[in-house]
Amino acid sequence: MACRLTSLASALVFGILAGLAPAGAQDRSIVVASTTSTQDSGLFGHLLPLFKARTGIEVKVIAQGTGQALDTARRGDADVVFVHAKAQEEKFVADGFGVKRFDVMYNDFVLIGPKSDPAGVRGKDIETALKAIQAKAAPFVSRGDKSGTHSAELALWKLAGVDIAATKGPWYREIGQGMGPALNTAAAMNGYVLADRGTWISFKNRGELEIAVEGDNRLFNQYGLILVNPAKFPSVKKELGQTFIDWLVSTEGRAAIAGYKIAGQQLFFPNAEKKGS
Amino acid sequence: MSDQLSAWQLILTGDAALFAIVWLSLAVSLSAVALAALIGMPLGALVALTRFPGRSVLVVLLNAMMGLPPVVVGLAVYLLLSRSGPLGSMGILFTPTAMIIAQTILIVPIIAALTRQTIEDLWAEYRDELTAMDVSQAGRIATLLWDARFSLLTALLAGFGRAAAEVGAVMIVGGNIDGFTRTMTTAVALETSKGNLPLAMGLGLVLVAIVLAINAAAWGTRVWSERQAS
Repeated sequence: MACRLTSLASALVFGILAGLAPAGAQDRSIVVASTTSTQDSGLFGHLLPLFKARTGIEVKVIAQGTGQALDTARRGDADVVFVHAKAQEEKFVADGFGVKRFDVMYNDFVLIGPKSDPAGVRGKDIETALKAIQAKAAPFVSRGDKSGTHSAELALWKLAGVDIAATKGPWYREIGQGMGPALNTAAAMNGYVLADRGTWISFKNRGELEIAVEGDNRLFNQYGLILVNPAKFPSVKKELGQTFIDWLVSTEGRAAIAGYKIAGQQLFFPNAEKKGS
Repeated sequence: MSDQLSAWQLILTGDAALFAIVWLSLAVSLSAVALAALIGMPLGALVALTRFPGRSVLVVLLNAMMGLPPVVVGLAVYLLLSRSGPLGSMGILFTPTAMIIAQTILIVPIIAALTRQTIEDLWAEYRDELTAMDVSQAGRIATLLWDARFSLLTALLAGFGRAAAEVGAVMIVGGNIDGFTRTMTTAVALETSKGNLPLAMGLGLVLVAIVLAINAAAWGTRVWSERQAS
């Protein structure tokens, strides 16, 4: 009887495994390592059905911070990366992990803060805003996760002439998590936080937070697309991956990106030039 | 509170995406429990019945491994299955199969350790009889496992509870891919990170209800089959 149970259990397991296994040779799907901002803002939920209807290719998105997404690709575990930290992306290509980098779209970062604005930073100037936050030691939430937004934040501190590594105190909280958790933390402690506009617009748990600084040219946020180098990883599905990139930079793909709106607000602005860099 | 409404709407209207997530969670965790039982129960029984140097160390180790952090198991399986890892050529990272492997590793120690304790207690009762009948080691293990089956159900449920509740391992090796590797727990984590707290809570309650239903079903089965057996 024990044997019967055992064979029943193994039949169950292998049945389920077989049912869940990928379809093998007919598997027309790619893995895209991307950032939390593109997923949490709902952009992929809008783009991928359009792309699938056009090409029949299924896109599996792994949403991580930019640093982690590039690292996933560096191990050969993704076919395409779709991220937003140009310097890190260019290094990725220069190191031979990526074929070519394409500009695809942009939006901008916004400084989010409590409505009461304790550091008095509201306006258009990110440089003086950050200086004021540091001078008044107002609570500030940093992603602290090597993501694109974290890289941008560090560059902005540098721009403001603040050596954040040396001067940070208890007011500067590095949480090591994604954009959503950072906004949740800022909402809970009524702190300031740098966010991409897309995630902010779609974020629901705002509490007392609102936009404190926006519209500064230095808050520009460029997204890039890279096919992982098939010469390095033969497992990369280069035709399918390239089809995805070609579609996103095409007229149709650009229209699809521009067409994604929440409450009438456009979240991302296509700026592909088709030639790559 | 439209979000709260929408969580219940999803459930009441039998939302297809929600059902796919629930189905995947159950398929992955139940497969892991079945596999872990196939490995853990004979292993636990074997440790219970044999005496060898270093056995106490093994017992302590098994007990301690019940507390394996899911995120560490996830990371280890990730490094193993990554294209740059030793088993990369299998190409199963970011698939449900990888999730089953990680959860199996996570719960084998739980099932093995609890089985060892149960069988050891039962062995004290059966020793004279089985020794007198000159039953082989494999025969003893099979007999003891079969006779302890109702107590071992608790070991299975402990393993299932662990698998269904964890988020660390499935997030890392599954990647939380929409419609492919998204489970109840990773969906709760995702909705929380989007600031969609009521929906996250709603999904969490669905998960708790499902785990409750499975435990109730297991309990009912046990009561029914005990009645049949007696």
